[in-house]
Amino acid sequence: MQYLLLIYTEEIDPATVPAADQEAEMTAYRAFTREVTDRGYMRGGDALEPSSTATTVRVREGRTLISDGPFAETKEVLGGYYLIDCPDLDTAIEMAAKIPSAARGSIEIRPVWELPMSATPDAVMAAADAG
Amino acid sequence: MSDARTVAEEAFRRESGRALAGLIRVLGDFDLAEDAVQDAFVAALEHWPRDGVPDNPGAWITTTARRRAIDRLRRARVLSEKQAVLQAEADAEARLTTGRPTVDEIEAHGVIPDDRLRLIFTCCHPALSPEGRVALTLRTLGGLQTDEIARAFLVPEVTMAQRLVRAKRKIRDAGIPFRVPPDELLPERLDSVLSVLYLVYNEGYLASSPAAAIRHDLSAEGIRLARLLVDLMPDEPEAIGLLSLMLLHDARRAARIGPDGALVILDEQDRTIWDRALIDEGNGLLERAASMRRPGPYQLQAAIASVHDDAPTAGATDWPRIVALYDRLRALSPSPVVDLNRAAALAMAHGPDDGLAEIDRLAADGRLGGYHLLHAARADLLRRAGRRREAAEAYRRALAATVNPAEVAYLERRLGEVTADA
Repeated sequence: MQYLLLIYTEEIDPATVPAADQEAEMTAYRAFTREVTDRGYMRGGDALEPSSTATTVRVREGRTLISDGPFAETKEVLGGYYLIDCPDLDTAIEMAAKIPSAARGSIEIRPVWELPMSATPDAVMAAADAG
Repeated sequence: MSDARTVAEEAFRRESGRALAGLIRVLGDFDLAEDAVQDAFVAALEHWPRDGVPDNPGAWITTTARRRAIDRLRRARVLSEKQAVLQAEADAEARLTTGRPTVDEIEAHGVIPDDRLRLIFTCCHPALSPEGRVALTLRTLGGLQTDEIARAFLVPEVTMAQRLVRAKRKIRDAGIPFRVPPDELLPERLDSVLSVLYLVYNEGYLASSPAAAIRHDLSAEGIRLARLLVDLMPDEPEAIGLLSLMLLHDARRAARIGPDGALVILDEQDRTIWDRALIDEGNGLLERAASMRRPGPYQLQAAIASVHDDAPTAGATDWPRIVALYDRLRALSPSPVVDLNRAAALAMAHGPDDGLAEIDRLAADGRLGGYHLLHAARADLLRRAGRRREAAEAYRRALAATVNPAEVAYLERRLGEVTADA
């Protein structure tokens, strides 16, 4: 199953973080990314620019409404994500708990909705026979 | 005929959990499995009252429910091309016809594969909401109908139905695995299972709401589920400790509510009507758990209950031992409620003033502010210390925070005593 791991943290001005700490965080993230990749779960992932760069768009009655800032003003904001493909929720929880930011922020795990009609019945039957 | 029907219904409820658990494993679909077991129930009500309950009702239900599940899958295939159903059928048929033994084979060997442990852990998965865990456990393992669970928890049936749907949907859509967790996850996951079962029991025993008569069933259900867990995990001392705790409390049930419906506190209970058989069983379980040398909070609470149950009178209780057990409990799982109970035991061991000092410290820290038992315990100690005016004030505060009618009746009686002319 595919899961999106959404990384929420309090935003800290990088200028206030000592270089050594930043480097340690980068190292930790590299190690995590390596583990996800080595276990064959990695489908994607990125860090995001700070929420001050966010733009929210809504279309109402044909009009495009644009506003500055994230969709919801909250203390913890979306700062990055991983998209993983792993066997079950327990595995996704195990991986989420290893994301370095989990120790100070929160990781939201969202299963990716799998379109029920995306495969043809023949393909499904073939897959089931093979399994 | 209606007697035979009742016997059939009870036998079915007792035995259907295993069939349901097995079908959920094979089908990966709670709803389809429940529908198939419901079909088997209809069939059982047709056959069992007439022909008698079969020798091995569990195997009968499993066979029948499996056949009905296959019928349902075949029908669904004709009516719909949905890939999920086809996939489920392919999986189910492959497993039913090849990989898995038939029921005849199983009966010949005397073994039915038991998937109920997987079902317990899945229903109590910490990714489900706590209410969802309780509801799903009662629905699937307890075999309770949705309306019965709704009545027990005093919520509208539609609310309970939604709760169940949401939980089942999350298991399926979020990919919660149907399995007993691996060793590294087991302690944490077992905690969740134990707390669900204890919550079911306590809802019946402590009844935070007025419908006491209906809720009695919940404590029986909690005990039944704890027995099942102990059967399935005979080497888990905390599971055994939980069952022991339930039994040692349940032994006092008859003495706990007076003829006027008021709560009778431990000190004043008629100990001659405590259920000795339950106490013996609880003590036996506690010894078995203790021999495994892995103490835990449920075993300690059971040990405390056991000291009470073994005392012929409240005065003859080994209070210092109870205080010592609370100290160990506090070290293992600290909580203000444990502190409160320890303070009450301290008062019995060393006099009300020591206990009051502890309780006042607890009250000052604020975490138990709205907890009626804090005020009730404080009121009882003030009363025993002869400080009637303060006791009355504390009883009033306890009453303001209490909804359970038996507790209200007790507190009102005490309030009457301390405000009566001396």
